[in-house]
Amino acid sequence: MRKAVLIAIPYLWLVALFLVPFLIVLKISLSDIALARPPYMPQLDLTQGWAGLTAFFSELDLDNFAFLATDDLYWKSYLSSLRIAALSTLITLAVGYPIAYGMARADHAWRPTLLMLVILPFWTSFLIRVYSWMGILSNEGTLNTVLQWLGVINEPLQIMNTPTAVYIGIVYTYLPFMVLPIYSALEKLDDSLLEAAEDLGCSRFTAFWLVTWPLSRSGIVAGCFLVFIPALGEFVIPSLLGGSSTLMIGKVLWEEFFNNRDWPVASAVAVILLLILIIPIVLFQRNEQKAREAEG
Amino acid sequence: MAQTVFAPWTDPVQKPLIEFRNVSKRFGDFTAIDNLSLTIYEKEFFALLGPSGCGKTTMMRMLAGFETISGGHILLDGQEISAVPPNKRPVNMMFQSYALFPHLSIWDNIAFGLKREGRDAAFIDERVDEMLRLTRMSRFARRKPHQISGGQRQRVALARSLAKAPKLLLLDEPLGALDRKLREETQFELMDIQEKTGTTFVIVTHDQEEAMTVASRIAVMDEGRIVQVDTPDQIYEAPNSVYVADFIGDVNLFSGTATARPVDMAAAPEPTVALDAEATAPRHDAALRDTVEANTATAQRLPAPDRKGDWLYDKLFRRFMGSRETAPRRLPPPSPAEVAAARAREAPARPADSAPAIKPGGILVDWADGQPPIIAANGDTAVAGEKVTFSIRPEKVTIDAEQPDRPNAYKGKVIDIAYLGNISTFHVELANGTMVKAQMVNARRLANRHITWEDEVWIGFSETAGVVLKD
Ligand SMILES: Nc1ncnc2c1ncn2[C@@H]1O[C@H](COP(=O)(O)OP(=O)(O)O)[C@@H](O)[C@H]1O
Ligand SMILES: [Mg+2]
Repeated sequence: MRKAVLIAIPYLWLVALFLVPFLIVLKISLSDIALARPPYMPQLDLTQGWAGLTAFFSELDLDNFAFLATDDLYWKSYLSSLRIAALSTLITLAVGYPIAYGMARADHAWRPTLLMLVILPFWTSFLIRVYSWMGILSNEGTLNTVLQWLGVINEPLQIMNTPTAVYIGIVYTYLPFMVLPIYSALEKLDDSLLEAAEDLGCSRFTAFWLVTWPLSRSGIVAGCFLVFIPALGEFVIPSLLGGSSTLMIGKVLWEEFFNNRDWPVASAVAVILLLILIIPIVLFQRNEQKAREAEG
Repeated sequence: MAQTVFAPWTDPVQKPLIEFRNVSKRFGDFTAIDNLSLTIYEKEFFALLGPSGCGKTTMMRMLAGFETISGGHILLDGQEISAVPPNKRPVNMMFQSYALFPHLSIWDNIAFGLKREGRDAAFIDERVDEMLRLTRMSRFARRKPHQISGGQRQRVALARSLAKAPKLLLLDEPLGALDRKLREETQFELMDIQEKTGTTFVIVTHDQEEAMTVASRIAVMDEGRIVQVDTPDQIYEAPNSVYVADFIGDVNLFSGTATARPVDMAAAPEPTVALDAEATAPRHDAALRDTVEANTATAQRLPAPDRKGDWLYDKLFRRFMGSRETAPRRLPPPSPAEVAAARAREAPARPADSAPAIKPGGILVDWADGQPPIIAANGDTAVAGEKVTFSIRPEKVTIDAEQPDRPNAYKGKVIDIAYLGNISTFHVELANGTMVKAQMVNARRLANRHITWEDEVWIGFSETAGVVLKD
């Protein structure tokens, strides 16, 4: 009985906070736009009884999804989002792995401090941090001023409102999500494994490549998914840093919803984004499962 | 029995495989290894034994190349190896934690070192299979380390470190994680494998029983120094210091002052068999009593012929010599060994004034006021007048209800009895408060034993059973 309750809690949570909203969004994506409040129809009218229900379902269709296929803005945005998310994940990995490695090799006494430094940015609002990047990257921003003052450049660099700014924003924002799982994998790594590898004829580098790297793989995979999945749907960073030149599906969704007030199309965009995300989420779960088995 | 004893350390012509020459290792201002010299020979099973923190692991890590030395030289086959990195040394190590690669199968773990050598696939296959067979792990080749038991992991670690056929194999507390029974089995397995492969093994352990079991020689360490290097039996029977005696096994220690034994005492006469027999006669069995009577009747010296002698006399000599008086028929007189055995069986309560046969020479150790000095016939007279410690193992101390016929005998009271199944250890408090441990093999059932708590008893030991150690 108690066990059933314990298992039921996360499921209730999942149903209330994920499944129900998803079904609502799915329903809207199957509706048509209307000048009404809410701005779509049909509306479910339960006072009509059974007839109302059948009328409601008969009016649902896949028109919005068909519409997404007619305009190349959408699939281009999806592709662009995938590319930006993938590339920034790789950059985050390249930046995050050495940080995690350095932390895991650091003196035991230092580790809690380093760990706190990694999560310290979370203590400020995400929006404020993105705005401050605007201050840093803009043409009159800190970066350009300093570089010009140093004489490295004459003209200000155009970083703001380019994909580069988006990459910088995403890498900066999601770096802790990459560092923490890799650090946790590396920290568990027994030093004697590396000594054993050297003892058996490896150089320092091959020992890293044959032992450290494969043993931190579960952390790498986890970190990559933790960066890739939210980066794919990201809209604040491209909106604030990317300007009009950066296509990302999150931004498109935002505009459909709030600028065009076309809830049904926006919902269709969201449903497809979710379907795309399901693949990496399932893969991520698999990875976690395997990592747990390997430890068990 | 033409087998030659394996003892290359006694042969001056033999070249050592490993030589530590005045090696020191400092961590900051802490000296972990202090000017240490040591030689290890090929095919030896060499044990480093010492309490935790004495520098055993540091010694191993210096041999493997994981620690640079702060001073001195380490030679392998006569070549200085201090500057050779670990991956270039013909030395492999079996780690205390086994350090198996968790992401590789058992097979790949064993093949790891061979692959780094760039061996061809056929050779690797064959060698790995051989190692799997040697350690009886063939069935588990495809498993991952987390899918096998602790004992099996230990065997894989051994197989992996042996695969490259190193000149020297280092084992750092290899059996520490195993339970007692598995550990004992594995010790014999290790010895077997060491013999089969002919590899030189250096094993680190803090378990003296383990060292005694497996090693050809043991180095007892204390705070970065080697106190004694010797064969297990020498370490046990002839420790060179109180530290070693105390560290290896159980021991009773008496500290006192040595004096040379007076000459008259040293020259105590060897008692004859007759005297012995006489003294013990009343309690001996029938056969012995007969001999005793025969011996006491030597004044008359009657002939004591056997059946053939009688027959010969009857048929041949009676005609011209007449009939004769013969002694009644008796068994042949006992040999000295038989008398000794009978004495031991009877455990005679000898009158105190009849001195037992004590080996002459050696020293006396005055260890307590009002107690007779300990007679140590094997003590070096050179230590006379100095402070010494007399050390004796509990199994060499006997315990009796009555005063025993032993050169050293002291009265005391049983304070505690530790029943260990096969043996019992009696903790006896002597008159001056000294506690002495005496060990007895439990041949009889518990209920039949007669010595119990609070009993007045005598402990005894022979004049050669202990060792005199200079403080
Ligand atoms: N890397 C190190 N830094 C400082 N001290 C060390 C280091 N390694 C070992 N020691 C010290 O050296 C001494 C010997 O250690 P070790 O060889 O591990 O002992 P054992 O293996 O005999 O238990 C210990 O007192 C230990 O604290
Ligand atoms: Mg150790």
